[in-house]
Parts: sequence; C-alpha cells; structure tokens
Amino acid sequence: MNAREEILGRVRTALADVTELDPVADVPVAWEYGRATAMADVLARFVETTEDYKATVVRAPAGDVPARIAELLAGAGVATAVLPSGLDDAWRAAIAASGVSVLDDEPQLSRAELDRIDAVVTASAVGIAETGTIVLDHAADQGRRALTLVPDTHLVVVRADQVVSDVAEAVARLAPAVTDGAPLTWISGPSATSDIELSRVEGVHGPRTLLVILSE
Amino acid sequence: MTADAQRRTPAPPAGTYLGMPKFQKNAKPALANEQLRKNLRHATGTIRAKRVARVSEVPEWEELRRAGEAIKNRTLRHLDTYLVQLEESLVRAGATVHWARDAAEANRIVVGLVQAKGVDEVVKVKSMATQEIELNEALEEAGIAAWETDLAELIVQLGHDRPSHILVPAIHRNRSEVREIFLREMKRYGTAAPEDITDDPAELAGAARRHLREKFLRARVAVSGANFAIAETGTLVVVESEGNGRMCLTLPETLISVVGIEKVLPTTADLEVYLRLLPRSSTGERMNPYTSMWTGVTPGDGPQEVHVVLVDNGRTNALADPLGRPALRCIRCSACLNICPVYERVGGHAYGSVYPGPIGAVLNPQLRGISHEIDQSLPYASTLCGACFDVCPVRIPIPDMLVHLRKEVADHKKGTPRVEPTAMALAGWVLSDRRHFELAQRAAGLAARVLPHTTHLGPMPWPASPWTRARDLPMPPPESFRSWWRKNREEGR
Repeated sequence: MNAREEILGRVRTALADVTELDPVADVPVAWEYGRATAMADVLARFVETTEDYKATVVRAPAGDVPARIAELLAGAGVATAVLPSGLDDAWRAAIAASGVSVLDDEPQLSRAELDRIDAVVTASAVGIAETGTIVLDHAADQGRRALTLVPDTHLVVVRADQVVSDVAEAVARLAPAVTDGAPLTWISGPSATSDIELSRVEGVHGPRTLLVILSE
Repeated sequence: MTADAQRRTPAPPAGTYLGMPKFQKNAKPALANEQLRKNLRHATGTIRAKRVARVSEVPEWEELRRAGEAIKNRTLRHLDTYLVQLEESLVRAGATVHWARDAAEANRIVVGLVQAKGVDEVVKVKSMATQEIELNEALEEAGIAAWETDLAELIVQLGHDRPSHILVPAIHRNRSEVREIFLREMKRYGTAAPEDITDDPAELAGAARRHLREKFLRARVAVSGANFAIAETGTLVVVESEGNGRMCLTLPETLISVVGIEKVLPTTADLEVYLRLLPRSSTGERMNPYTSMWTGVTPGDGPQEVHVVLVDNGRTNALADPLGRPALRCIRCSACLNICPVYERVGGHAYGSVYPGPIGAVLNPQLRGISHEIDQSLPYASTLCGACFDVCPVRIPIPDMLVHLRKEVADHKKGTPRVEPTAMALAGWVLSDRRHFELAQRAAGLAARVLPHTTHLGPMPWPASPWTRARDLPMPPPESFRSWWRKNREEGR
C-alpha cells in the first residue's frame, strides 16, 4: 500500500466513532462569518493602530497623493524606486519628476538588482482598522511579491474605501482573490522581531521603513 | 572537532530526544541554573502581560475560542474528507503533493527533492514539523546545508543548541549569550558579525540581517512548514514576524512545505477566526508583522515549483483516541508554555521534545507512544493548575488529558511494583471514612509537633522519595481545623 492510502486508511480507522458523514451536521460552528467590528471611526482607528507599529501614516485627499508620495520618498532619502507596472500614472509621473530614479520590473529584475534599490511604491487591496494591517493581493498596481520585500523602504497607498473594521471583513473581501489563486501578503508595520528577551526590535529582513498614505 | 569540520552546518548537541532521561531528572539541573531561571522568568512574564492586554481588547474572545475549537473539531472528525479535498485543490493549483507515514519517509522525500534540484543548501522558514522530523540532520547527512533564517532558530543553530520554546526557540538565551554566539559562529558559516557588536537586540538583529541576506539572495530551494492549509482552495498560510518567511517563500525557484495532516482547515473564511486567535495568544500582538498565503504556483511570482509533503508521524495515533484527539487542535501559539508555572521554572529542554510545556506533555506521549521513559514522565510534568486550558485559544483541555495519560502510563506499567498504586490505595482508605481521615490528620499533627521549627519537608525516605525529590512539602499543621473547631466552638454552643 502506498503512503497516501495507508495514511487515509489510518485516519478512517481512527475515526470509527464518527457516524455522521456530513461534517457540517456533525459539528455545528456557532459563528457568524464576515461580521464587522463596531468602532466609532474606522479610518481614525486604522491610522492609530498602524502608527502603533512604528509605521509612518499620512492622510491625504486623493488629489494630493502624488505630491505626498514625492515628499515621503524625499524625506526617507530614497534615490531609486521600483514601480509595479499597473501603478497609477499620476503617482509614477510625480515620482519621476521628484528626481527619484525609477525602475520597472519588466523584464523581471534579479534578486541582486532588487537588493540595490532603495524603495518600492505600491497600491494595496485592503486595510484593517482593528489590527493596523495592510493586505496586498499582488494585482498589477502592487507587483509580484519580491518587489515589496527586498527594497528596504515600502511606500503603500491605501484608499479609504479599502479600509474595513476587522479581520473578518477583510477575509470576506479577500476570499475571491484567494479562490482565483492570487498570493496574499498581510503587513502589520515594518519587519520586527521579539526573539531576544522578548524585546521588540523593528527591522529584520523585510522593509525596515513602512510609509503609508491613506487616500481619502 | 574533526567530525564537525566536515559538516556544512553547526552540529546540534549529541544524543537524541528519545534517549533522554525522564522529565523529573532533566528538571533538576535546569532548576539549579539561576541564569536560565532568570531568563525564563523575564521572558515569560513579559509575554504574559502582552497577551492579557491584547486578549482583553476583544469582547467576543470566548466566542472566538469556541469557534476555533468547533472548526478544528469538525476538521479532525472528517480529516480524510478534508485531506482528499486539500490534495485535489493543491494539484489543481500546480503543486505536487507527497504523503509521508513517518519522519524517516518525510525526510527521504525532502532530501530527494532537494537532490533533484542539484543544490547543496536550502533556506528554511521556522517550522515545528521540520523540527519534529529532524529534517536538518537528515539534510546534513546528505551533504545539504539547511540554513535556519528565523532569528531565534538561527541563535539555536549557531549555538549548537536545541529549541526550548515553540514560538521563541532561544527563549533560554539572554542578549549577552546571543552576542557571544554570533561573534564566535557567524564567521564560520557566512558573513561575520561586526567585531565591535554590542548586546543591543537591534544590533544583534542587524547582524542576522546581514548574515542571512546573502543566503536569501542565492538560495534556489526553500523549505517551510505551514500554519494552516485550506482544503477548499489549496492555499497554505505562514504567519511570521521578521520577513525571513517571506524571503524563503518568495525568492527561491523551488518551495517544499512540510505540513502535518492536522493543519488543514475547510475554508478560506475559517481564517478569520484563527488569524484573530493566533497573534494575540502567541506574541501578544493585534496582528503579527507578516502573513503569507499562496496557492500552488503563481505564474511570474515566486517559486515555480511547489511541493507539499503531508506528514502523519503519529498524528493518527492521537486521532484514534477520542480523549487524546483535542491535542490535534493545537495551533502552536505557546500561550500554555508562557503561563505554565512548571515551564517557567524548568524551561523547555527538560521535556525532551521540540514540543515542550503543557501541550508537549500531552502531545509527545501521543505522537511517540509511551514506551520511552521521557514520554512516560511527561504527563506528570504538571501541577494540574488549569491555567493552560484558560489561555488556550482552541480550548484544549490539557489538565483532563494529562490525567487521562497518567492512567494510560500507569496501565502500561502494570505488573512492576510501584509506589503510586499503593499510595493511592492508602489514600482511598483514608478518604473513604471520616474516622480514617481524622486518624491520619492526628498522625500528621503529631509529626508537626515533633519538628516544631520546620516549615517545609524536603526529600523524604522511600516510599515518599520519588515524589519529594522534586518537590517541597509544607509541614502539616500541629492541629487540624476539625479538632480546633471542636475545642473552641462546639463546646460553647
């Protein structure tokens, strides 16, 4: 017998006491999925929790986003930035005009090339107010996963209508992308570790600087 | 050192987990190590406070725990259905699925896959399943270097050490010990730590970043575990903090994930429960810095060859015992370790497994059986105080399971003369009748009057010796409450 058949056989033998064949009827789950968490001001909470992780958060009207991007990149001392192919044209133009040297990922940059680039600028899929989390579904305005990982600074723009109250609402919004096979990256603040004496240190392998613009 | 010189990676300590003596014996030197106790007290105290703060922010916490329990129960009671569905979804998404009956088979599969790529090193995401099967040593024997990339795992690996905690494997090390390990070892395996490095955790994390960056940039194969595997879509989920996980899951061309069969969840929607339970219980954060989800192969993004190894390795043993089954709900958060008064004092190494603490005390005897001394002793490594159940995000009744396993161990040992059955028979006689109980109390009170200035009884002669070797017994009071009441209250009525 091959391993698959043997393991499934062991599982079936182990579960001889289970007589109801329908999992849902056998074990009811008293939980209402996808519920919002009540909060007074979802956007204010998102800003508060994201800043709590030592990320920089700037609120801006949608029309001011290109200018804010250029300012934040300059403030972080960024000289080179990689931009995903689907990034908003106005953002792209503002970055190029600010004197930052812009690179595209077509053809795909090597890991070593990405390692020499200061920053990446992307859009996002969902923001979660309760936890200060930004989720990327790696659509064309966010690029493949390596782009938002190797450069040391990540500037991400979250639209107000993308911000939900809590994890449950976020999972409900993201489920179709998962079903379509899209990878997801959930980001809560810059890279961090608590592995030495449980004292939190920001900045290990992922981007050490996370800049967030909330576009309203 | 000659054998060590031929190795690719730092050698772990000699000996095997199953060759270790019983917990009570291992606990003795650990209890005498003041530095260890200080490190553990500080670390577990810190994380307990963080957990309480974050859990108390969620008004429906108890409802969430019950949902976490129910979804896992549903999955485990129909595990065959969900495993078959997971396999179909993974294959549809372009992944290759392998099945491994035990650790040896899982290791053979992974070694074979790495050799087929013609490489002699892999980068690793922190994974309990690969620790459990001791994959690193299997790879080393095949001449393949496995580089741990989680900071704590790196400290353990470079320190020629074993993990002592599920979440923070180097919890037993303080910052100055970490500095010494980095200074001494990093240069032997890659980019050296700066000579003038201090013991500031930020500097130490910076040294790890530089040391591992070259490995991330060149690695062609990565090995991971998974926190969750979604049957409906074939999506794997890794929850982490540092970004080393993202590096391994994204940059190499080939990704091999070793996943215990109990990690499956029915649907994507179920993640809303566990992604709220896990970070708050584990690191005491609202959310961990990074969570990655991937579904087989994504064209143009990340590894283009994706393998998933589904591992049994004793899990079906636990599944077969309806009283032991709840241990398979475990999501490896470590809250039970951090709250446990025994773990806090003894640390993780005494448990003789990569799964220490209360969950290890119930999991190991089920995964490995109870034929070894260490596994027979683990159900006794507890005061049954119940704190582990209170903090468990999936409501595993660890104290009840420990009692159940103690019975299993006692039954297993039947035939050999033992102190405990005799003691229990005596206790049965004492407790069966009020007069017997009062007689025993008078006898204890007599002992107290004979030794008036003693507050605690230390090691006692046989037959009490096995119990009192690792415990102090408070001196019985010279007079029982019943007798005091009779003298001072009843006569005046």
